[in-house]
Amino acid sequence: MKSWIAALGLACVTLLGGCGKEEAAKQAAPAAADSVPNPLRVATEGAYPPYNMVDASGNLVGFEIDMMKDICRRMKVECQFVATAWDGMIPALQAGRFDVVVAGMSITEERLQAVDFSDGYTTTPAYLVSANSNPLQKEDYGVPKVDLSNMSPESQAALDKLRGLLKGKVMGVQTATIHANFAEKYLGDVVDLRRYDTQEQLALDMQSGRIEVGLADAVTWNAFLQRPEGKDYSFFGPGFDGGLFGRGQGVALVKGRTALKTALNSAIKEMKADGTMKTMSVQWFGFDTSMP
Amino acid sequence: MDMILSSLPSLASGAWLTVQLVALSLALGLLLSVGVALARLSGSVLLRAPAVAFIFLFRSTPLLVQIFLIFYGAGQFAAVRDSFLWPVLREPYWCAIIALTLNNAAYTGEILRGGIQSVPFGQIEAARALGMHRLLLFRRIVLPQAFRQILPAYGNEMIQMVQATSLASTITLMELTGAARAIASRSFQPVEMFVIAGLFYLAMNFAIAQAVRWGEKRLAHAG
Amino acid sequence: MLDLLSYGATGWGDELLQGAGMTLLVAVLAYLIGLGAGCLTAAAKLSGPLPLRWLAATYTTVVRGVPALLVIWLLFYGGSGLVGWMAGLFGYGGRVELSAFAVGVASVGLVSGAYAAEVIRGAVQAVPKGQLEAARALGMHRLLILRRILAPQALRYALPGLGNVWQMTLKDTTLVSVVSLAELMRQAYVASGSTRQPFLFYLVAALVYLVITTLSETGFRALSRRADRGVRRATA
Repeated sequence: MKSWIAALGLACVTLLGGCGKEEAAKQAAPAAADSVPNPLRVATEGAYPPYNMVDASGNLVGFEIDMMKDICRRMKVECQFVATAWDGMIPALQAGRFDVVVAGMSITEERLQAVDFSDGYTTTPAYLVSANSNPLQKEDYGVPKVDLSNMSPESQAALDKLRGLLKGKVMGVQTATIHANFAEKYLGDVVDLRRYDTQEQLALDMQSGRIEVGLADAVTWNAFLQRPEGKDYSFFGPGFDGGLFGRGQGVALVKGRTALKTALNSAIKEMKADGTMKTMSVQWFGFDTSMP
Repeated sequence: MDMILSSLPSLASGAWLTVQLVALSLALGLLLSVGVALARLSGSVLLRAPAVAFIFLFRSTPLLVQIFLIFYGAGQFAAVRDSFLWPVLREPYWCAIIALTLNNAAYTGEILRGGIQSVPFGQIEAARALGMHRLLLFRRIVLPQAFRQILPAYGNEMIQMVQATSLASTITLMELTGAARAIASRSFQPVEMFVIAGLFYLAMNFAIAQAVRWGEKRLAHAG
Repeated sequence: MLDLLSYGATGWGDELLQGAGMTLLVAVLAYLIGLGAGCLTAAAKLSGPLPLRWLAATYTTVVRGVPALLVIWLLFYGGSGLVGWMAGLFGYGGRVELSAFAVGVASVGLVSGAYAAEVIRGAVQAVPKGQLEAARALGMHRLLILRRILAPQALRYALPGLGNVWQMTLKDTTLVSVVSLAELMRQAYVASGSTRQPFLFYLVAALVYLVITTLSETGFRALSRRADRGVRRATA
């Protein structure tokens, strides 16, 4: 009797300790029910101001929170927000832990292999930031913007110049972002790259001087630069977009959920058409970043 | 499979960083722990009180809090940033080593104290009667026996340290867990990465356990 | 600076307090799971059939040999699929989700159980065999032996070790913050990112942990004293 109970208990415990990928894949299949779930479980990070963040009352606020609430209202479903760690979001989405991810996530080829996206809602270039006193600020990089999908000789020259100037510098990015991917691919061999869990921690370490240069989305940088602590820091060099930076930010969902995708897209289209997206963008970002 | 093969180099460099963290913090921690244990056993309150406080503080709070306090907490103050300590504290590598070393010294210090106290007082008296100098007595009589006594417990503490190094991944260090995580979040196929990392940790612990067993045997012969 | 810690909409005091509550909840649940798993595993190791003994040894060796952080990541990413697969074995085909809370409790509980198993096994083995033989010779029933002879003594031997396992479990809950469960560490992390005062918030978190560990250590000591009553000690 005793060993029988022990057998059962152990079987459970040890199975929990083991793992299996086939199981995870099998699990994703029934999750692809083709309807708009109600409530809709929305994952966000809560540490990527002003897209999504947590205020002192512990509530999730930000552009994407407002936008998603509006999308849910238009789809006539209830939004249920879940704050979750950034770098586990796509696997957790695939595992069926939530229905959509709204976390300033850019639509990239790499991610499209794993999940599906709605149409883009905002687009902002990536920018480098350093302290005002840093000599990097005074350099002339020739072009205001580098489009990775369409590299002109001037853009290539700007990138080469940056690579030379950044040699040996400590650079911070948020882990598993398009910015991290860019830094790894284009600057990985020249800079000492540090990967942070959240953009807020990156900004914190920029202030402490542990990192000399940071790379992130222009809008999320603004949230830092406009704070009193951010007054000693500015953008430098060209903005980057195109290529591996993808096609703007979209709502991520599991592949094959056509009904949900259609509903999301029509809600986003409506919001763009009636100006809601623009109003929200101006309210949270200070300027219009919405995509046509 | 391709993904696993292509991720092996960065997992390997993560493993190497883990080995460095373990080796350095264990070595520094052991040195510091001798001082802690002696201060803890000292007759003078001035030595004993700080040792007691140190052991209490580091054993009663989670290591993750200690790491964050040293890494993010210290970086907050201009006074620290302008001081001679900053070249060390600005590196996540050294922050991790410092936190791991202090934590290890607190635990090992307590273990070592138990070991020292287990040495029969008669032996110390005998050594004194032979006119042995205090340092010599400590080095020849007390420490070797104390170490033999604590070896099993210290072996466990070493294995705990191997696992503790995984927390360095939370302060941007790409050690084994951090490397596995970075690959996992890019490839969106996380489970395999963590299993491979887990196997490496197991191998490392197995090696330590074997070394401790060998050490125990050797010390037993010597006795 | 202290208004940052105040209670209400502008301060983080209430979030930290809720976080501490969540920390305790996760720690207590994980500890209970750990005790249950530990008992079963110890039983399997001591008197189970060979495959079970082997399974138990694998569990304790593997889980004690890899970092708790890795166990959490593994369960966070792979746990849902695994539980779904297991539910499928029992004929349940629906979607199974593991919340960050469930992942946290399960993984910390899993680690806790592996250590508890070793403590309990050691404690049971510390009870002199002669006593069990004597009880059997007196015709005592197995359950009665367990209740009257084995359990009370093993508990006494196990208490200090189980106290250590509790402290470890409590500290391991900080690691669950990596999957964004709003426990104390996570709240301190969010607050320090938002207010740019990491030192303050991590210090407060450290103090709260210090208070919890110190109080629980006192509690375990009292339990130990209670379990030790009636035991004569050699006077040193």
